[in-house]
Amino acid sequence: MSDEAQTIPGLGAPADTEWETVVGLEVHAELATATKLFSASPNRFGGEPNTHIDPVSLGLPGSLPVLNEKAVELAIRVGLALNCRIQPSVFARKNYFYPDMPKDFQISQYDQPINVDGWLELPSGKRVGIERAHLEEDTGKTVHIGGGGRIHEAGYSLVDYNRAGVPLIEIVGHPELRSAEEARQYVSELRSILVAVGASDGKMEEGSLRVDCNVSVRPVGSDRLGTRCEIKNVNSLRSLGRAIEYEARRQIDQLTSGQAIEQQTRHWNEDDGRTHALRSKEEDYDYRYFPEPDLLPLNPSTEWVEQIRHALPALPRDRRMNLAEAAPSVDIDNIALAVERSMDELALAAISGGGAAERVMTHIVQNLADGSGQLTPEALAELVGMEEAGELTATQAKKVLAVLVEGGGSPQDAAQTLGFEAMDTDELESLVDSLIAEHADEWSRFCDGDAKLTGFFVGQVMKATQGRADGKAVTQLLNSRRG
Amino acid sequence: MGQQRITRAECAHVAALARLELTDEELDRFTGQLDELLDHVAEVEALDLEALPPTMHALPIANLLRPDTPGEVLDRDEVLAQAPFAEDGQFRVPPVLGEAP
Repeated sequence: MSDEAQTIPGLGAPADTEWETVVGLEVHAELATATKLFSASPNRFGGEPNTHIDPVSLGLPGSLPVLNEKAVELAIRVGLALNCRIQPSVFARKNYFYPDMPKDFQISQYDQPINVDGWLELPSGKRVGIERAHLEEDTGKTVHIGGGGRIHEAGYSLVDYNRAGVPLIEIVGHPELRSAEEARQYVSELRSILVAVGASDGKMEEGSLRVDCNVSVRPVGSDRLGTRCEIKNVNSLRSLGRAIEYEARRQIDQLTSGQAIEQQTRHWNEDDGRTHALRSKEEDYDYRYFPEPDLLPLNPSTEWVEQIRHALPALPRDRRMNLAEAAPSVDIDNIALAVERSMDELALAAISGGGAAERVMTHIVQNLADGSGQLTPEALAELVGMEEAGELTATQAKKVLAVLVEGGGSPQDAAQTLGFEAMDTDELESLVDSLIAEHADEWSRFCDGDAKLTGFFVGQVMKATQGRADGKAVTQLLNSRRG
Repeated sequence: MGQQRITRAECAHVAALARLELTDEELDRFTGQLDELLDHVAEVEALDLEALPPTMHALPIANLLRPDTPGEVLDRDEVLAQAPFAEDGQFRVPPVLGEAP
């Protein structure tokens, strides 16, 4: 074995090697403040270019930054929700020349970030370490014009500074994720937390949540990390999964063919489904960080942090645990889905209002994907009760539910309007008796034990009642008539 | 003056990072000046400062915060009139190769 093969996990590995993907994510989220991090112009998505600007966000000479209290509070909320230690912090200048920052540096936190050493728990129960979650300012937006829109052939660039100075929290996770699916779960969970604590709207499509993925691979069982590549431009959960899968495959192919991985920044291209090299580590930037002399250190008091801690809402993890306790027979994926859709409160209220947990959750998961509209927990509990009592079939209940979502009201009224009045027993019995008389042949075969004919009779009843009858009740009736 | 603390090549690297174009004569001169500055820093470094907390800022205060209340914005036309080039309400700049670092 060569020296190189000893130091690079998986280099020249045989084709049948089993591989493990290692992912660490850096997530940037725009904080939901009214103004920018260091100045009073509005923090608002969209708007005419260069209308949310002031001397600080343009970096005009003589302008001075002043820290936004709300941004600090939101950062602390995120830190607490991610189980971080909140510590005294210092802002630093990250120096680089690029027109998205007019002052030629970005104010960020470097060696002393506000939040450190936390963790996030995935719905599966796995805990992923959080290295840090620090405050920094967002950059402006550049658009490349000319040369067919391709960056490298651009004729010139246009810059809009509306976004420059918008507060960001950058959440750096440890490389403890082991698949594209786990990475998706992590981002989804992190997004739910950010939204739950009111820190961010979490919209990936508007760029208020942005994910950079560090991906490496190694043979299963190896205890060393492979060389990683950083993937940028991942704009949805779906792209995140695709980009990681593609990148892991690319690295495995390269290693098995005997080539080492070069540490690079790569750009995900949604159209061709590949990652493309942007720059290699050797040409990486030297940002010459130094403490920002125009800002004072930040040292939130224990009282303030505790006050924020007490005002935190229930987090997705706690909400999942509550719902799982109320609906113990429902599997964790469906519990997680209900919480993700913010329908756990509705479910809990309907269950505590007497609705059978499993049926309540079936409606939540299967029939309320587009929201609960005007549906109240009382109505949902009552609807489920009518199903349990055999007054409505599953199909009918679904139709009633749609009416309740659309316009509210009670399930009794909705069922009546739809003509789903429960058939009373006498009516059903006389119908079954007349069908038995009408189909004497089939009836005698049913009595001889031909189980297929159950379906035939149930079908006849449904046809005659236009689906009003409860299939289960019909089957019971047929069996009791057979004697 | 003691040992040399910064090489000419390091000085050239720092200048390049700051986008400064220096002549050979300037590079010699500034390397020497930076070296003297570093000598001075070394004098401070030689002191026993174990017992002192690091200074994070020249001012002895922390936590200067402002309320999250929107204020005035600048007039776009006035701002863009001072830019070398503008187009469609935006600043027009030379083509940018690659992406933001």
